[in-house]
Amino acid sequence: MSLFLIVALPFLGVVFPALLVRAGRDASASAAGTATLLALIGLLLHAPAVLRGEVITARIDWLPNLGLNANFFLDGLGLLFAGLILGIGLLIILYARYYLSREDPMGQFYAYLLLFQGAMVGIVLSDNILLLLVFWELTSLSSFLLIGYWKHLPEGRQGARMALAVTGSGGLAMIGGMLILGSIAGSYDLTEILRNKEAIQASPLYLPALILILLGCFTKSAQFPFHFWLPHAMAAPTPVSAYLHSATMVKAGLFMMARVWPVLAGTPEWFYIVATTGLATMLIGAVIALFKDDLKALLAFSTVSNLGLITMLLGFGTKMAAIAAVFHIINHAVYKAALFMTAGIVDHEAHTRDIKRLGGLRHLMPLTFTIATIAALSMAGLPTLNGFLSKEMMLAEALDTTWNGSRLVLPAIAGLAAAFTAAYSFRYIAHVFLGPKRHDYPASPHDPGPGLWLAPMFLAVLVVAIGLFSQALVGPLVKAASYAVTGGDLPEFKLKIWHGFNTALFLSFGALLTGLALLRLHGGLERGWNAMPRPEAKTIFDALLRWIAELSRTVTDRLHDGAISRYAMIFVVFTLLLAGYGYFSGTIGLPTRDVQDAPILPIIAWFCLIAATALLTFLHRNRQLALVLIGVVGLTVSMSFNYLSAPDLAMTQISVEVVTIILLLLCLNFLPKGTPVDSSLGIRVRDGVIAGAAGLGTAGLVYALMVRDFAFPTISEYHLANSKTGGGGTNVVNVILVDFRGFDTFGEIIVLGIAALVIFSLTEALLSTRVRAYLLNRKPDWPQSGDAHPLMMVVATRVMMPIALMVATYIFLRGHNLPGGGFIAGLIASIAYVMQYMASGFGWAAERQHFYYHGIIGSGVLIAAITGIGAWFNGVPFLTSDFGYFQIPPLEEFELATAMFFDLGVFLAVVGAVLLALESLSRLAWQPGMVTEHAMDINPARDDPPEAEDPAQTAVKED
Amino acid sequence: MITYAIYFAFACFGAALLMNLWRILTSDGVGVRVLALDTLVINTIALLILYGLAIGTEIFFEAAMIIAMLGFVSTVAYARFMLRGNIIE
Repeated sequence: MSLFLIVALPFLGVVFPALLVRAGRDASASAAGTATLLALIGLLLHAPAVLRGEVITARIDWLPNLGLNANFFLDGLGLLFAGLILGIGLLIILYARYYLSREDPMGQFYAYLLLFQGAMVGIVLSDNILLLLVFWELTSLSSFLLIGYWKHLPEGRQGARMALAVTGSGGLAMIGGMLILGSIAGSYDLTEILRNKEAIQASPLYLPALILILLGCFTKSAQFPFHFWLPHAMAAPTPVSAYLHSATMVKAGLFMMARVWPVLAGTPEWFYIVATTGLATMLIGAVIALFKDDLKALLAFSTVSNLGLITMLLGFGTKMAAIAAVFHIINHAVYKAALFMTAGIVDHEAHTRDIKRLGGLRHLMPLTFTIATIAALSMAGLPTLNGFLSKEMMLAEALDTTWNGSRLVLPAIAGLAAAFTAAYSFRYIAHVFLGPKRHDYPASPHDPGPGLWLAPMFLAVLVVAIGLFSQALVGPLVKAASYAVTGGDLPEFKLKIWHGFNTALFLSFGALLTGLALLRLHGGLERGWNAMPRPEAKTIFDALLRWIAELSRTVTDRLHDGAISRYAMIFVVFTLLLAGYGYFSGTIGLPTRDVQDAPILPIIAWFCLIAATALLTFLHRNRQLALVLIGVVGLTVSMSFNYLSAPDLAMTQISVEVVTIILLLLCLNFLPKGTPVDSSLGIRVRDGVIAGAAGLGTAGLVYALMVRDFAFPTISEYHLANSKTGGGGTNVVNVILVDFRGFDTFGEIIVLGIAALVIFSLTEALLSTRVRAYLLNRKPDWPQSGDAHPLMMVVATRVMMPIALMVATYIFLRGHNLPGGGFIAGLIASIAYVMQYMASGFGWAAERQHFYYHGIIGSGVLIAAITGIGAWFNGVPFLTSDFGYFQIPPLEEFELATAMFFDLGVFLAVVGAVLLALESLSRLAWQPGMVTEHAMDINPARDDPPEAEDPAQTAVKED
Repeated sequence: MITYAIYFAFACFGAALLMNLWRILTSDGVGVRVLALDTLVINTIALLILYGLAIGTEIFFEAAMIIAMLGFVSTVAYARFMLRGNIIE
């Protein structure tokens, strides 16, 4: 099975549990299970080859210019992790089916779980670090959804938020580190980076890259001092905890450290940062775990401690330590998943996870007791169980490693941590299951059905089996994975129980005995622990977040206080400073072009522009007058386009002008007719000075630009040269719109459509609130005069309609070769329709409108998209246009271009968007009593009934 | 001969533009200004056609036609706004 499919399967599976949950919870669970199982089978089919030492790859160039390629590869490390993710995932899916109650939305749960699973598989199989980072972020987001799955619990929401904040900010650091790594290696492909050890370690950017990447790994893998999010994430349902915190999410950081081990490890920096952090985390996690009464909190801190152990091993930088780390990753995943599941069973059956309220469950839940005991003893490191093997290897490595010149530090602390580990493991057994039966459990506990115990039972069998037959069962896998981690030859090793009487064995037994002693002293120790003042991570974290939020609020409030004049001022001043810096620090060459003579007519037009703008600054408080003056400006601009040989722009400008005026007048109907004076005289003078400086600066800049030639050749020449040959049109503007930059246009019509839909939905939302009553009873701002639907206007617009539509067609058809095109045609057509709305009223026109504008927008976008996709069938990229010349006698030869269909899409989208926006706004103004029956108020041809019999009609007449 | 006629017409319509502008600048109220703007639009159409004649091109014809066809819509909208407040009833 292709690696693409293995990664894609969980994502493809996301929809099915969500849909199938209607067919029952079993259907939902089996859909999720099937997707996972298929991916697992696909993975296992590759296993023999990978274990032989081959590397499976699958590559697609995605965005090669950015170095972002969809490249995947499967080596031993990838196989190990993907196997854990999918295998334990399968068990979790089974377990969750019986764990979740009827009230929990199960489809949602499995959808999130598969999303997370897919992201994790993506991480471990990515060969491109940019792709890997995408999956990395995806795990942060999907784990947020999973941890916060019980939305009604505040702890769930807070825990999810904390996990997202910590792992998300770590991910940010990781992005930085990875980009540095990629730029040193000159490639973003992992396999390529892994070959560049010397270059990377010699680079001066090695340390920054190392620290940034480790920040990402440490936050994800809950290393001290970022360990605090993990216990809070325990608010999630137990299947989530079992999955995220045994095999997957928290292991992602370890995976990342193992992945970059060949290039980053082996330096003193790596050793002291990674090994020390791991050591500290291992001890702190183990000590805290002993004093936690919540079963899941105990397991959470135990996970923190175990992650520290593996981190420390990776930090040693030796090959044997890496082998031990890989082995412990397997062992920890197996026994910890089993332990989480048994904790879930206890919670499920006894309705409490508080150790203080439990005890004696051995008699009531023998099966659970057996499973939990095996797993916990393995965690403690009892011989013949799998945890013992890797723990002994860890102790042996600690004994062999010197820390800052001392040979004692590592074994002493590691041994102490192992003792505490043994202690909390024994406590998990002794205080929950052993002891006398109690009579005050919140519920009557008993062993659950097989749905709940099958998965942990399977894992418990694995714990024993791996312990006894380690070399046969996981030896090859450990070897293949270690080979991938170390990226080179491995020392000969064999996983086995008995290494002879050596220091590590004594240390191991010493730890177990100390663990028993610690458990015995637990009561006294706990009193001491509780009396000791400790920093509470959550308080610190919350305070930090509050402080950051406060800071950003302060900054934002300073910049954006809600007055547009203020942020316009900030923006303009900043631009001025920037431009001023450029002006005073740079140099400018001499003018290379002559100033042209200005004939008198352009000067008159220029004068109109200046005079209207100047007047506007004084009269802008009268809003309607401001609109009239803007009309003058728009007209002059359109004329300038004509004069400067841009008729397309001129036509667009003038049609947009009309639509804008109508739109603004529609809005102005509901707005105050004047703008009040808000700012003091001083502020206005200040703003005037700033605006004046910016205006003069812009004018100077434009002048300087116009009397000089461009420093670089412009793209215009390319467009001019290729318009006819490449796009089949002589109108360069149109060819640019529908061909050269067709993708831009495609995006723009979508945005236009979205904007119109937003206007529509905002009006709809407004009309379903109390605002509607206000609007219905609103009195006009001034007495209305004249007819609502005057005869003359109705007649004139009816006559204009076919003419305008014909002009629109004409402009549309010729657009490819002469000024025009779908955009302008769309505006003309929509103005023709708006005229009917204005003449005969909203109700009358809406009644005769048989196509929904939404549909028109949608069909426009669809037609444009289909035209673009059509290019694929020609074997060329999206939106490549094709054209040909045809002759049908007796017509002259004519051209047909696919760009025309694209332009049709533009046309429809523009018509739909403009009309939908205007219609939505006029819907707001509709009031009862408005005549909708007749096209005009007075019609000589109509035999009107007596007016008095129609109260609505009368009301309008009296207005 | 036509050249002189065109230049004469340029002068007349140029002067007309300035007079329209004068009305827009100095009038009281909105109504007169809307009318002046409408006249300004009409004079511009004339100038556009004249300019096309002067440099011998047809390319401005469509622009002039569109202005002629649509320019009045904004005038009507202004007028409806002044009379009724609501331009689409």
